[in-house]
Amino acid sequence: MTTTGSEQNKAPGSTGGEMGMNSQNHIRQPLWLLAELTYACPLQCPYCSNPMDFANIKSELTTEEWINVFKQARAMGATQLGLSGGEPLARPDIIELIREARNLGFYTNLITSGIGLDASKAQAFKDAGLDHIQVSFQASSEDLNNLIAGTDAFQHKIEMAKAVKAAGYPMVLCFVTHRQNIDQIEEILDLAINLDADYVELATTQYYGWAMHNRDQLLPLKEQLERAEAIAHRYQEEQKGNMKIYYVVPDYYEERPKACMNGWGNVFLTVTPDGTALPCHAARDLPGMELPNVRDLSIREIWEDSNDFNRFRGFDWMKEPCRSCDERFKDFGGCRCQAYMLTGDPAMADPVCGKSPDHHLILEAIERGREEAAKPAQEAKPLVFRNPKNSKEICGS
Amino acid sequence: MTEPKFNADSVPVLALGYRFQWEPAQDCYVLLYPEGMVKLNPAAGEILKRISEKKQTVGELIAELKAAFNGADLDDDVYQFLEEAHDNDWIRAE
Ligand SMILES: C[S@@+](CC[C@H](N)C(=O)[O-])C[C@H]1O[C@@H](n2cnc3c(N)ncnc32)[C@H](O)[C@@H]1O
Ligand code: SF4
Ligand code: SF4
Repeated sequence: MTTTGSEQNKAPGSTGGEMGMNSQNHIRQPLWLLAELTYACPLQCPYCSNPMDFANIKSELTTEEWINVFKQARAMGATQLGLSGGEPLARPDIIELIREARNLGFYTNLITSGIGLDASKAQAFKDAGLDHIQVSFQASSEDLNNLIAGTDAFQHKIEMAKAVKAAGYPMVLCFVTHRQNIDQIEEILDLAINLDADYVELATTQYYGWAMHNRDQLLPLKEQLERAEAIAHRYQEEQKGNMKIYYVVPDYYEERPKACMNGWGNVFLTVTPDGTALPCHAARDLPGMELPNVRDLSIREIWEDSNDFNRFRGFDWMKEPCRSCDERFKDFGGCRCQAYMLTGDPAMADPVCGKSPDHHLILEAIERGREEAAKPAQEAKPLVFRNPKNSKEICGS
Repeated sequence: MTEPKFNADSVPVLALGYRFQWEPAQDCYVLLYPEGMVKLNPAAGEILKRISEKKQTVGELIAELKAAFNGADLDDDVYQFLEEAHDNDWIRAE
C-alpha cells in the first residue's frame, strides 16, 4: 500500500492517537481494509506485487459478499477502505460497492491504473461518494510506459488523470520506480507538473509477487538511486506549495527494515478476490498459513482468533537478533514475507536489517542486479509479464 | 507563526479530500483523509463540525459556539485552532 498523505505527528486538536500509531493502550482494530476486488487486469506490469498464481484464484466474492465484508470491518472500527486489485474497475459493480462503502462511513480510496475509466464514470464515482482516486503510471513516455505495462495505455491514462481532476478530485499519481524507468525521473516529474498533479508518489518497487520474480531486472543501481533522490529533492523544493512529491527509498538500500503493515495483525486487513483474509497482501505465500475465508468465518473471528492473524502479532514469536533488540517496537522486525522469501523462515529478522545474520542476501541480490544490468540487452533475462498465461505456465493450474 | 490566515470575515472550509465525521468505534469526532485519520478532541470536534456543516464566517462561527457554550470567551482559542488546523492542511480560508 502506498503512503500518500503520510501521518502528521501529534497535531493540535488531535488526541494523539492517530491511525497507525501503536501506543501502549492501543486496542487492536482493523483500521485499514484493503479490498482486492479482482485479479483481472488489462495491464501486465512485470513489477506487479500480486501473487504469481493469481490466475488460479477463482470464484470472486459477489457484490453482497463484499458489502457484508465492508459492514463487518466497519463495525469493528475500520475507517479506510482501499479498493484495489488487479484492476478494480474491471468489477462491473464498482459503483455500487463505492456507494455502499461510503454510506457505511468508510473513507473510500480507489487505486487504479485508469484503464476502464472515462470522464462520465469519474463523475459517477464522485456522485456515489468516492473520496479519493489514485492513478498509477508505468513511466513518463508513451514507449516505455506501454512496454512496461505490456499494452498501449499511456494516452488513455493521461486523459484519465485529467478526468479525475475535472470531477473535483485532487490528482494523485503513482509511479512505481525500478531500474528500467528510474532514470526518467525528471521526465516523470515534468509530466506530473504538466498535468497539474497535486500529489505524486514515486513508489519504489517492493519485491513481492511478480516483482520478486523479476527482481534481477528491476533492482535499481545505487548510482541510479542517488541521482533520482537528488532530482526528487530538487523538485520537492521547487514545487513547494504546488505539487507534493513523496519519494520512497527502496528498503534494499537501507540498514533498517520498514515497519511492515505497522505490525502484523495490528491495523491492516486484506481481503483477496476469493475472500481469503490476510494480514498483508503478500502473506498468502507464507508456509503454514491456514488462509481463513470470509465465506466461512466472520471478520471478527478471523481478526481476533485465527492462527494466521495471531502468528506474528506482538513480539513473542521473534528470534534473535530482534528478540532482544530495542528497535523491535519501532519496526516489528520488518517484513515477514521478505524474511521468508530470502531466508526460508518467516520468523527471522527481515534481511534488510544490518543486524540480521542474513543481510548478505540483500547485498548479493543487489550484486546480481548489477551483473544483469551490465549484460547486453540480448543476453539479459527477459522481464516476465504479469498475465494469466505466464501465471499458469509458472505456477501450473 | 506566520501571517494569520483568518479574520472575522474569512470563511474556513475543509481542505479538498478531507472528511469530518463522528466515529462510534473511537467515541470521538475524526478527520479522514487519504490513508489516514486524526482523532479530534471535543473542542476541535465542535469547531470542525460547524465548518463541515455550513459555510460561514469565523465571526458567525464564534457567535454560534458562544451560543452553544453559555457565552464562553473562546475567541482566542478558536483563532489559534484555525491557524494550526490550516498549518496542518486540514482547512483553507475562502
Ligand atoms: C497492485 S496495484 C492494483 C491497482 C491497479 N491495478 C494499479 O496498478 O494501480 C496497487 C498499487 O500498487 C502499486 N504497485 C504494484 N506493484 C507494486 C510493487 N511491486 N511495489 C510497489 N508498489 C506496487 C501500483 O502502482 C498501485 O498503485
Ligand atoms: S500493478 Fe499493473 S499488472 Fe498489477 S494490478 Fe496494477 S495495473 Fe495490473
Ligand atoms: S534486529 Fe530486528 S528489531 Fe532490531 S532493528 Fe533489526 S529487524 Fe528491527
